[in-house]
Amino acid sequence: MQESGPPLIRIRGLAKSYHRGEQDIAVLLDIDLDVMPGEFVALMGPSGSGKSTLLNLIAGIDKPSAGTIEIGGIDIATLGEGALADWRAANVGFIFQFYNLIPVLSAFENVELPLLLTGLSARQRRERVAQVLELVALSDRAEHLPSELSGGQQQRVAIARALVTDPTLIVADEPTGDLDRATGEEVLSLLEQLVDELGKTIVMVTHDPKAAARAGRMVHLEKGVLVDDLGP
Amino acid sequence: MFLFRLLLKNAFRHRLRTLLTMVGLVVAVSAYGLLRTIVDAWYAGAEASSSTRLITRSATSLTVPLPLAYAERLRAVDGVSRVSWSNWFGGIYITERNFFPQFAVDPATYLPLYPEFRLSEAERVAWQRDRKGVIVGARLAQKFGWKLGDNIPLRGTIYSGTWNFTLRGIYEGADASVDENQMLMHWGLINETVRARSGRGDYVGVFVVGIRDPNNAGVISERIDAQFRNSLAETLTETEKAFQLGFVSMSEAILVALQAVSYIIVIIIMAVMANTMAMTARERLAEYATLKALGFGPAFVVRLLFGESLLISLIGGLAGLLLTLPLAAAFANTAGSLFPVFRVSASTMALQLAAAFVVGVVAAAWPAWKMSRIDIVAGLRHVA
Amino acid sequence: MNALPLSYIARNLRVRRVTTVLTAAGMALVVYVFATVLMMTEGIRATLVATGQPDNMIVLRKGAGAEINSGISRQQAAIIETLPGIAHDAGGRALASKEPVVLNNLPKRGSGKPSNVTLRGTGAAGLALRPQVQLVQGRMFRPGGSEVIAGRAVAAGFQGVDLGATLRFGGRDWVVVGLFDAGRSGFDSELWADAEQLMAAFRRQAVSSVIVKLADADRFEDLRQRIEDDPRLGLEAKREERFYAEQSEALANFIRILGTALAVIFSIGAVVGATITMFGAVASRVGEIGTLRALGFRRSAVLAAFLGESLLLSLLGGVAGVTAALAMQAVDVSTTNFATFAELAFQFRMTPAIAVQSMLFALLMGFVGGFVPAWRAARLKIVDCLRAA
Repeated sequence: MQESGPPLIRIRGLAKSYHRGEQDIAVLLDIDLDVMPGEFVALMGPSGSGKSTLLNLIAGIDKPSAGTIEIGGIDIATLGEGALADWRAANVGFIFQFYNLIPVLSAFENVELPLLLTGLSARQRRERVAQVLELVALSDRAEHLPSELSGGQQQRVAIARALVTDPTLIVADEPTGDLDRATGEEVLSLLEQLVDELGKTIVMVTHDPKAAARAGRMVHLEKGVLVDDLGP
Repeated sequence: MFLFRLLLKNAFRHRLRTLLTMVGLVVAVSAYGLLRTIVDAWYAGAEASSSTRLITRSATSLTVPLPLAYAERLRAVDGVSRVSWSNWFGGIYITERNFFPQFAVDPATYLPLYPEFRLSEAERVAWQRDRKGVIVGARLAQKFGWKLGDNIPLRGTIYSGTWNFTLRGIYEGADASVDENQMLMHWGLINETVRARSGRGDYVGVFVVGIRDPNNAGVISERIDAQFRNSLAETLTETEKAFQLGFVSMSEAILVALQAVSYIIVIIIMAVMANTMAMTARERLAEYATLKALGFGPAFVVRLLFGESLLISLIGGLAGLLLTLPLAAAFANTAGSLFPVFRVSASTMALQLAAAFVVGVVAAAWPAWKMSRIDIVAGLRHVA
Repeated sequence: MNALPLSYIARNLRVRRVTTVLTAAGMALVVYVFATVLMMTEGIRATLVATGQPDNMIVLRKGAGAEINSGISRQQAAIIETLPGIAHDAGGRALASKEPVVLNNLPKRGSGKPSNVTLRGTGAAGLALRPQVQLVQGRMFRPGGSEVIAGRAVAAGFQGVDLGATLRFGGRDWVVVGLFDAGRSGFDSELWADAEQLMAAFRRQAVSSVIVKLADADRFEDLRQRIEDDPRLGLEAKREERFYAEQSEALANFIRILGTALAVIFSIGAVVGATITMFGAVASRVGEIGTLRALGFRRSAVLAAFLGESLLLSLLGGVAGVTAALAMQAVDVSTTNFATFAELAFQFRMTPAIAVQSMLFALLMGFVGGFVPAWRAARLKIVDCLRAA
């Protein structure tokens, strides 16, 4: 983790609220947060704290009501929908609690999906996919459908998919939530590897303290505000 | 009652899908009804026949004329009460689209044979007196806005040239099945003109033979034909109904196609509904498993599915049936005199409801069977 | 290319097999009806077009419309024969055929129900004017005898018209001495006898029509004017091709309009089925949509994917429907032609144009059915999709 230099993520005055009929329900209130490149951050808090919402905003799949989110120097809060989609394709890798693999596509094809949004040729895509599958040790399962893989294997495919475009930022929403302890351990080790060896930045939402402990930094939210920011 | 309410709520849980399915049913059931009504209308002429009338025509075909002289010999046949004749005029009123049947007849002998044509005495006399006069049915007069005394020009195809007729009478049918789209003119006028042009006359298209006892129709027909066998113009005599059915059978290929097609639409909607019910069942797999776990037997689940399917199909079917009536009216207006009688029969309506019922049953059959056999554990674990 | 791959679209159809089959089957039936109706119309047209020769002219009484309504006296026929512009044979005789036409009511094979068959009086001249007619069994009728030859469709479709059988009309018995093949034209549905014999049997002085061969097909107008302008005659003349084309119009139009209206009504049912299916597909893949959008696929890609699925579904239905319609080509149909009041036998005829039209109709159904669900899928918000997953 780099100590000096500009933060990768720079959030100022971030707020998000939803309209429910007449009412405005505030989910996030005035968040300021910096994440340096190569950090492994865990977002924690009770249900309703706004941690998932914060993650969604960082990932660029939701728009804030107020504030700025600078990632790699670009304030993504100002990007239009199309530009945001393109930005995500190039800069963010996603890992979900329920893996979110496309059921009709093989492991290989699932990992290949983000590459379809780049200008790479079919051969180049094949090479990249093979590389990342090798990294997550699933090369021998490339042709299997998600239904033919265990939970842990599916999550590893998802991680491969998250890596394939070589994004700087990886966003993970309860990555071990659906896995047993042993498998969860494996996945967390893999994530640590991504940070230590590949220099990725990971922001992870989790409610599991053991998972959070593996991250370098724990950020606590409660009722939409940051209450704690604990480093190692 | 609880079951009914449950079914109703379930059916409209997925409002859009249920509504779409009903739209499909409405379209299918009304199309089915309309097609059946068209086929019925084709046969309407035969249905309106009188059992006391026979039609005698040339044995070769309807287009070969018979000598007028036969009339005397026909009258002499045992069992015959009255004889008249008729020639198909086949004229065009302005354009071919305005088609309606025109017959050249002998008023004095023809009208008594057709008591269902109700004509006032004054109009009958007026027509009798005017060689160039015609009478038309009420529906025809209404369609073209004709009034007594109007001049009606016809362009002849069989009898060439332009003919000018004067409207002397408007007849009404004794009941709804009578054809009020016809025009009747004087056979004498036509014959006169033909004789002047070609030197040959006194030919008729068909003889209309009235008989005293309908039960003797077959015997009398044979008697008549025997009279003229081996003569220059052999005859074929049949009941008016058989004669009309002869026309219907000429278009048999089309009628068979229409009937087949009316069932195809029902099959299409059956496929659509089966799809809907299959999707419904799949979504509710966990629920059905829960019900079974709670102790409701497989029969209950089956009843739920059949009940919901029938509820949707019968509501849609009823709506389709009701839509058929205005559709038929609109069709009758555009088809005009092609189908003089166009009514949605009671049996058609019954069949429409039956079709809706069958669709509802078939659509639910396979999902119901599958659901009744689900493994509770597998079902509960299933995330639809 | 920022679109989802075809394999994604196709495999999703395969995974929901029952739904795909049912929906495609509904569409296939609609396309089948649509294509079959067009094939019927085309079959009628083709049959009647094959009936007319480009260099023949047919003369009828003015305003008659059909041969059975028309009458031309011997004198009038004689005048026509002498007109310039008519081709002559090697012996110097005008290539003109004077033909009485009568309808004969015969029972059909199978149902036994009677229908009218065109009975044409003709001769050697008539045969010469119709090169598509070939005698395939037996022989031509002799001028003095009570003999007829039967077209292929009459022999096949009606009772008692086999080679050697006897028919009774005009107060006489007539023997079927030959069968002919008229190259799938209207003449296949006719019986031919000697013109003079026919006129004698029916006590007629006039023929129905006169058919002549033009010396120069381009000089048709000259001859037509000569005939129609002659006050002695009261006749009209048409190119044989045009005459027969007109004979098919009423029936072909009727079938086309009725059939197309039916197909459109049916298509509502099929489109409803497609819409239900696609809504179901979207609903079951909401999570997937969210994932794909998160990964960076645009709304347009989602729209295209679901619309593509609907189009592929309708493509399957269309191919199945057209294939089934193709099989109809083996079926022989005959019905009474409104214009002639006589039976006309024809085939269902597939043309590339009909196949294309049918496929486009199928795709249109798929588009209309799939558009709203695809649109709704594209309008979903990413976070809503992921939450619902």
